[in-house]
Amino acid sequence: MRAIFTLARRELASYLVTWTGYILIAATAFLMGWSFVVMLVPLRLQNTTMPITELFFGTPYFWFILLLTAPLITMRLFAAEKLSGTFETLMTTPVRDGQVVLAKFIAALIFFLLLWSPLVLCLLVVARFTGGGVALDAGTLGGAFLGLVLLGALFLAIGCFASALTRSQIVAAMTSLVICLGLFLLSFVSESLAAATGWAGRLLACAALANYMDDFARGVVDTRPVVFCLSLTAFFLFLTLRVVESRRWS
Amino acid sequence: MLEVEDLTKRYAGRAAVSGISFTVGRGEIVGLLGPNGAGKSTTLRILASFLPASSGSVRIAGLDAQRDSDEVRRHIGYMPENNPLYPEMRVREYLKFRARLKGLSRGRSRERVDVVTEQFGLAEVSRKLIGHLSKGFRQRVGLADTLVHEPELIILDEPTIGLDPTQIRAVRQLIKDLGRKHTVVLSTHILPEAEMTCQRVLILHQGRIVAEGAPEELQQLMNRGGQILAEIAAPMAALREAFEAMVEVEVYDVTPLDGDFHRCALTPANGADVRPQVFALAKERGWVLRELTRNRFSLEDIFMRVTRREEEEV
Repeated sequence: MRAIFTLARRELASYLVTWTGYILIAATAFLMGWSFVVMLVPLRLQNTTMPITELFFGTPYFWFILLLTAPLITMRLFAAEKLSGTFETLMTTPVRDGQVVLAKFIAALIFFLLLWSPLVLCLLVVARFTGGGVALDAGTLGGAFLGLVLLGALFLAIGCFASALTRSQIVAAMTSLVICLGLFLLSFVSESLAAATGWAGRLLACAALANYMDDFARGVVDTRPVVFCLSLTAFFLFLTLRVVESRRWS
Repeated sequence: MLEVEDLTKRYAGRAAVSGISFTVGRGEIVGLLGPNGAGKSTTLRILASFLPASSGSVRIAGLDAQRDSDEVRRHIGYMPENNPLYPEMRVREYLKFRARLKGLSRGRSRERVDVVTEQFGLAEVSRKLIGHLSKGFRQRVGLADTLVHEPELIILDEPTIGLDPTQIRAVRQLIKDLGRKHTVVLSTHILPEAEMTCQRVLILHQGRIVAEGAPEELQQLMNRGGQILAEIAAPMAALREAFEAMVEVEVYDVTPLDGDFHRCALTPANGADVRPQVFALAKERGWVLRELTRNRFSLEDIFMRVTRREEEEV
């Protein structure tokens, strides 16, 4: 446990002592604020009964930010250490491979949450200036944030896996972007296939991340998406562990 | 302390290390010497339990490096080639992080960081970013890191690579000092370095140990046939006659130099040292002797000879 805490703390600190971390935070805050502006302007002419969380999480802006930030956060986790050689010094200390993977994932998840924290501010600003006219109840907020954390964890686990595969951060980022984007696009394929084919359609429907997020944003927490995201996260972390362990395969 | 038996490592069918065996006793400083690609780094990575061996065994402090990898890693301090560090961390912060990773408690890690900071002269830079340090200081940080948890075995891969001559001297002295308390295995392709720092040298070539021994032993081994050079002021005929009479001298060569001086190159039989006889001769005949030396082989010569012999055998 001590090793995980020590490693995660160093990892998190490394996001915050370099410009990369702050550029990421600033870029995300900008994109988030901008998407809120774009989203709210039409509402001046047309009223809506939808909660603001549902409006935001259902938009392409949300997916755009999510798909872009996860690979950028995770690309350096293993790739940078492998390139600089610190991976060797790290793995010759008495820490287990699993602890390293978990610590890096936890640090990435904490930084991810930090990155999304301006969203709370955006929501509060909206609530303040609409005089409470916007539905911002605990249920929808909780659901939306649960969805954000679950999807974030999944995409970060994919990012960890991609980063463990290579020494190049760019390759790691591209690989995780392709996998995450593929998973996201599966939602639309499943939508069109669901009615047409039987079991394949149903199987694909299980991977409909966009639909899951719509539900979460409405405050509907179904066990299926929770189990799906958690198990897929665990699966990718397991794959990461296997990649890290692979150097010991004789 | 360290027992390596029939160690082999293959990469994609090609053997980087093939069937090497050696032991290192407690408190010894042993150098792995060889050109690039000889298998030094691979061997050290296996010893540090970073890579598995394809076959053979490595035992450190009685533990199997592969099976008891976690425990073995508590007993070793390893500094890879090029000494990779986190440039964004401060020296003290880095050493504390490493101490904690190596299982030291908060209090103990603080104590040990103080000790190694003092030991390696890092006090003045302890708050500096590692990325802003000179290469010499970075090397000290790397060495301090290997020692922070008081390991029994220290493994250093090319510890002086990329340093300037002053820094090299300082690092060599630090390594020599380490040998008083710890067992050290280091690799180098710089021959005088092994000669200066190590008590025993293993010469690696194409993944195999081709020669082994103390630097002096290797010298002796190779000095067979080594020449004695003398500059003596005497008539050439008298010199020739005197050398002819010396039974230990197999071959001699006398060439005139400035004035009455002659340069005498004597090749003794069976590696005998005939310097005392030459001195006694000059003294007896009242000749002026201005130089008397043995043409010693450096490890470089030894290495060249050994590897050439290997290639000829192949």
